[in-house]
Amino acid sequence: MSVKIDETLTVECETGNYHTFCPISCVSWLYQKIEDSFFLVVGTKTCGYFLQNALGVMIFAEPRYAMAELEEGDISAQLNDYEGLKILCIRIRKDRDPSVIIWIGTCTTEIIKMDLEGIAPKLEWEIGIPILVARANGLDYAFTQGEDTVLAAMAHRCPESEFFLRERKETKQNLLTFHSRKKEELLEYANHPSLVLFGSLPSNVASQLSIELKRQSIKVSGWLPAQKYTDLPSLGNGVYVCGINPFLSRTATTLIRREKCQLIGAPFPIGPDGTRAWIEKICPVFGVEPQGLKEREERIWESLKDYLDLVHDKSVFLMGDNLLEVSLARFLIRCGMIVHEIGIPYMDKRYQAAELSLLQDTCIKMCVPIPRIVEKPDNSNQIRRIRELQPDLVITGMAHANPLEARGITTKWSVEFTFAQIHGFTNSKDVLELITRPLRRQKNLEDLGQTILVK
Amino acid sequence: MKLAYWMYAGPAHIGTLRVASSFKNVHAIMHAPLGDDYFNVMRSMLERERDFTAATASIVDRHVLARGSQEKVVDNILRKDKEEHPDLIILTPTCTSSILQEDLQNFVKRASLISDSDVIFADVDHYQVNEIQAADRTLEQVVRYYLEKCYRQEKWDQFLTDTPSANIIGIFTLGFHNQHDCRELRRLLQDLDIEINQIIPEGGSVEDLKNLPKAWFNLIPYREVGLMTAIYLNKEYGMPYISTAPMGAVNMAEWIRQIQKKVNTLTLSSSNKRVDYEPYIDGQTRFVSQAAWFSRSIDCQNLTGKETVVFGDATHAASITKILVREMGIRVSCVGTYCKHDVEWFKDQIQGFCDEILITDDHAKVGDMIAYMEPSAIFGTQMERHIGKRLDIPCGVISAPVHIQNFPLGYRPFLGYEGTNQIADLVYNSFALGMEDHLLDIFGGHDTKEIIDKSLSTDIDLIWNPESRLELSKIPRFAREKVERNTAKFARQKGIETITVEVMYAAKEALAN
Repeated sequence: MSVKIDETLTVECETGNYHTFCPISCVSWLYQKIEDSFFLVVGTKTCGYFLQNALGVMIFAEPRYAMAELEEGDISAQLNDYEGLKILCIRIRKDRDPSVIIWIGTCTTEIIKMDLEGIAPKLEWEIGIPILVARANGLDYAFTQGEDTVLAAMAHRCPESEFFLRERKETKQNLLTFHSRKKEELLEYANHPSLVLFGSLPSNVASQLSIELKRQSIKVSGWLPAQKYTDLPSLGNGVYVCGINPFLSRTATTLIRREKCQLIGAPFPIGPDGTRAWIEKICPVFGVEPQGLKEREERIWESLKDYLDLVHDKSVFLMGDNLLEVSLARFLIRCGMIVHEIGIPYMDKRYQAAELSLLQDTCIKMCVPIPRIVEKPDNSNQIRRIRELQPDLVITGMAHANPLEARGITTKWSVEFTFAQIHGFTNSKDVLELITRPLRRQKNLEDLGQTILVK
Repeated sequence: MKLAYWMYAGPAHIGTLRVASSFKNVHAIMHAPLGDDYFNVMRSMLERERDFTAATASIVDRHVLARGSQEKVVDNILRKDKEEHPDLIILTPTCTSSILQEDLQNFVKRASLISDSDVIFADVDHYQVNEIQAADRTLEQVVRYYLEKCYRQEKWDQFLTDTPSANIIGIFTLGFHNQHDCRELRRLLQDLDIEINQIIPEGGSVEDLKNLPKAWFNLIPYREVGLMTAIYLNKEYGMPYISTAPMGAVNMAEWIRQIQKKVNTLTLSSSNKRVDYEPYIDGQTRFVSQAAWFSRSIDCQNLTGKETVVFGDATHAASITKILVREMGIRVSCVGTYCKHDVEWFKDQIQGFCDEILITDDHAKVGDMIAYMEPSAIFGTQMERHIGKRLDIPCGVISAPVHIQNFPLGYRPFLGYEGTNQIADLVYNSFALGMEDHLLDIFGGHDTKEIIDKSLSTDIDLIWNPESRLELSKIPRFAREKVERNTAKFARQKGIETITVEVMYAAKEALAN
């Protein structure tokens, strides 16, 4: 399969001078997802100011994250890292009492070679709270890959399958109602090995996807991450895992190599086509014949008709900053759009193999050439290409959005796709809602006439 | 290592980038890891900037970590030079990459030999100074660079302009209401018949910097950024400067009088054209600015003796404090600043205007202080606005750090005579309106629902009987918590367990005596 992709899909590589968010931004959605966590970003003022500005209002909501701001003494190793972190973590324990503290390593801790992985187990033992270490730094990763590093670290803390079951029986024995309901549930599902999905989603989207699989009598036995750190799913030999986001390649690797899980390689459940393909890849693994998927997908497409008319034959250019680009482009091509370019920070051809092959099939089906995929793009080259191509829509970061708009080029902020609910059949509409918003706005303002607003 | 949730001033490189992107045709290159270029987002979003921000990164990645930047930085500088032909390229590290201690100065030297643009290295210590200080330094550095360059080339034209003229130094991108203040200052100087020689850095061109010394004097509206440049110009070229912030009617008058003095000293004694701005000051203060009249109008009586807390950068916090106290008769219980580097000046300025001074950059300390003081209104930054929301105390934003709503499209200067009007509005609107306040007192407030116990303190052992609860609910919301706490404190002191209406009034009387 991968050979065939290489023949037809080409991935170019540019200079890597592009704008994206620092991967530490993942704390903004992960602290909300994992309710009993506390994220401690070990870094400098630069990191802190980024979080403060990028996350805007959330800072004011007394978030469960903070900076361990390194000062000159820390950098020159005049101060003891262990003692410094200990004081901060004890204070966090006192103020917030989290179930887990997650240290986010930054560029600075990399450069000064602070041994976070070495300090964490000792301190964990000393203060009695689990401490995870995720190196979400800008030296190695872009934006959403931050979540990947956190989940990969978290995978190590998932309990082993059998042990977990025994443990659970002991603690939940008093909850008799829970037990009886569980028996009922068993009848609804096919008897199959456990399936764990990985990727952080808002809880309602997670349950939508679980229900989608339940319709095929497949039971999702857990999510990585769960709503609470204390509810992490059990992993181990014989457990099947499947990713729901394209940027989770490290987590996938960890699950396969360290936790001995079986990875189901599938396209990602973004758009009705993606969701259907995703389910269709999962079903055969458990010996289930997918039921009524075709009809369901068609119904969703039917409900999207108004949006499809708006986007049909419109061209789009993805500058690339959050790794969702291939899945989005694939969905948009299926919607009838023309994709000029798919910029992407990093392309894991193995983890995204199924998605790439679906992209290829979609292009053939819609009779359009396969768009160029540009890894590590160069923003100034891209802007030159955008000026030549004059696409109807550019999906880009906030640094370029306003300047492009002022030059008469319609844009959509890519960051919104990471925060909006875009997964599953149910949310396909939301993706198109986002995509068409600038187009609709443009239509509303059409009569004003001023499209170029720079001298 | 310290625990930090929020910071008042950003890291040093932000200051450097603000200087660079304020000038026309100057490009900044950051030696930084991926993601550190969020300055572009701030500028593009907060200022709603139409142009691409002239700041890019020369990315530091694993390879750079292993082998050093080698040709990368130089290549990136030369590429920018070729693509955009800027007048000047400023290279700066971020906190992170400054630890690498690469010889960026050397890269700059090499690049400047080949490039058509001038190239300089922002000489800023990222662990010693913050955004504001770095901006101040970088501006001085740029000005010094161009004046020295001009001196070397002997294209020197030191003659002052024929008519009185001034430079305005310190108008910046992402500055608090800077654009509006700039417009207001322009108008003021026009009224005074003073020519504006240059405004830097916002919209200025580095090629014109050589003409800075032609002005008669320099104006430094905000002392945070620009003062270093003014001091340099004073030392090297003997240019006088005025660093009073023209904020508030009294400061305005003082500012104009200082200008008058400078103009008259420099006017040739033979020409007999001495200026007298007193009639202008009088006219403006009494009739153009509404603030002086407003303070005397009966509306403002309600504000007499109300307590406030002020926090912000040194310029704004000090000026607003003075306005509140001497122009509006409002009491300032505590005033503070996060500009720790300018404490001497700050303390000197607000001497006698407030009860307490707080110098800190820890927002938690500011929050605790506000909670302790329980003022009727706060004047602070976006952080204090939030603290106010939590404590149910109104807040007017008077200083950076700011949000998008502090970049209004409408005309909202803080400086000049129009500024006095804007500030008066802001102050007045921040307090619960006088009459409304009064009526609330009489009729028991907007919401007469039972109070939900917020249980901030140790209320467990105290019982409020139904009558006293009802009584408490009649107290206007903004004052209720204070009464509740005072009563509880009184009850505890007296060993009373059940709070009745009588106890409440006894507490009130005890407090009054």
